[in-house]
Amino acid sequence: MSNIKYILGSFGDPDDLMHGIEQLQANNIKIHDVYTPMPIHGIEAKLGIKRSRLDILAFFCGITGTMSAFALIYLTSVVDWKHNIGGKPALALPDFIPIMFELTILFCAFSLVGAYYASTHLFPGRAPRVMDLRATDDRFIIAVDAQTNVDHGKIDGLLKDAGALEVKHNERKYISYE
Amino acid sequence: MGTHNYNFTEQFEFTGKAKTLSIIAIVIGIAAIAYGFSAGEHERTFANLLLMAYYFACVCMSGLFFLAVQFVAQAGWSASILRVPQAMAKTLPIAAVILVAVIGAGLATHNLYHHWSAPGLTDVNSENYDKLIDGKSAFLNVPFFMGRQVVFLSVYSFFALLLTKLSNNEDLEGGLNSYRKSFKYSCIFLVIYGFTTPIFAFDTVMSLEAHWFSTMFGWYNFAAMWVSSLATIAIIIILLKKSGYMSWVNNSHLHNLGQFIFGFSIFWTYVWFAQFMLIYYANIPEETVYFYKRFDQYEFWFYLNLVLNFLSPVLLLMDRDNKRAENILLTVSIVVLCGHWVDYYQMIMPGTVEEHHKFGIVEIGTAAGFVGLFTFTVLTALSKKPLIAKNHPFLQESLNHHL
Repeated sequence: MSNIKYILGSFGDPDDLMHGIEQLQANNIKIHDVYTPMPIHGIEAKLGIKRSRLDILAFFCGITGTMSAFALIYLTSVVDWKHNIGGKPALALPDFIPIMFELTILFCAFSLVGAYYASTHLFPGRAPRVMDLRATDDRFIIAVDAQTNVDHGKIDGLLKDAGALEVKHNERKYISYE
Repeated sequence: MGTHNYNFTEQFEFTGKAKTLSIIAIVIGIAAIAYGFSAGEHERTFANLLLMAYYFACVCMSGLFFLAVQFVAQAGWSASILRVPQAMAKTLPIAAVILVAVIGAGLATHNLYHHWSAPGLTDVNSENYDKLIDGKSAFLNVPFFMGRQVVFLSVYSFFALLLTKLSNNEDLEGGLNSYRKSFKYSCIFLVIYGFTTPIFAFDTVMSLEAHWFSTMFGWYNFAAMWVSSLATIAIIIILLKKSGYMSWVNNSHLHNLGQFIFGFSIFWTYVWFAQFMLIYYANIPEETVYFYKRFDQYEFWFYLNLVLNFLSPVLLLMDRDNKRAENILLTVSIVVLCGHWVDYYQMIMPGTVEEHHKFGIVEIGTAAGFVGLFTFTVLTALSKKPLIAKNHPFLQESLNHHL
């Protein structure tokens, strides 16, 4: 086995990139991932990427916030220390709603920021995962796993034919890990 | 992405079932109003006329607002569906005339706004003298009130006709001139609209109970008219698509409309609740009287309002796939439209017929009549021009819209 871990096709144009993906898929070569400096419409469908589960996480984090707020107000001002506010009952639900609403948003926003950092390895102190630095600038990168796809010459040829400006053979997965 | 072959000269033909049904609905409406007057229920009939005339005008106004927002935001996704809100905006002058006529007749016969316009309220020597109303009479007097109605509605109508005319010119001449002008006039319109709709809502609806006031009321009404207009736009587009028109509308466009309806239903609830909670929390008798009446005499409508306008859009439109599904979006839009009828019902009825509110022939008939009138006028306006603004600069973006 060679030491090459990933083959990167570097494209200068998103249309060429889409063409490259089609070429690789037509030849049954599995694409590891694609890195682009900007969002490209329809690329998720083409690569068969599953829908993000962010919304499900958002729902559960939000509902945790709602329940925390309710528990906090209920335990403090209904169970522990009742206040007489304008002669209303201790459990005056309309008064609770703004706090429940705000904590829902707070929990949801904070946990989504955390989830984003965790899933993209951008947590402070962690090295970012970048396969090709120019994917954050002006190049569109297709990454193919070189260990599972052995016919490297064919992959190079397909990428070049599709319009790749450069094909790299990387021995390390993430060049940003110094 | 790709190139498309859509028919840019496609025009809606207003014939057949849609036309027959809308005319039948108008006839039912006229019959119901005639029945209401002949049965001696003048006040109830006037309250219903005001409700539906206000609803009609608000939906058309917000169609114009939608149009202006798209221009000011330089939105691309909506470029191919703009003819529908344009048709609604074009109907605004008709709606405005009807609303002013209803309000004028209601004032003249003392069937509407009698909380501030009944004789003697501002006369110190009269036994009906009301100090609070006298204090408000600089603002709430018939000439100034009618003047405001006429000025607001004619300014809105002027911008409605201006924007549709510019779009017409764009079709004929092409180029960016009309778009730039539309952008400029939309900016001016939005400033005027933002400052005047709360006053319009204070006048038309809040002054029915002139002793009570709420500064949230303007935005509460704005949210109601905006979300009902979005629902109307969605309904018209889905029904057109179902009958074979507007083949360029894909489920991403529906998704955007669904997001709008979902978001602004929550916004409506937010403003509704902000008004309710402040009054509940402060517990000042002159403010709580508003909700006291609604809890006491309109309890069913009060809760139904929240179920239709908050719970149903939240639960049914939360899911992404539901926003993209024609039939679900159509159902929710109809529910929301009915919901805002209920919303206006419990805004208007306690200030007019008080505890003698009913739900019967007059209510259903008037509503049907105005729905028929709206359908007839809007679809007539829609059938005058092609269903797509073929020279809109963002048209390609809209045709390729993908979310």
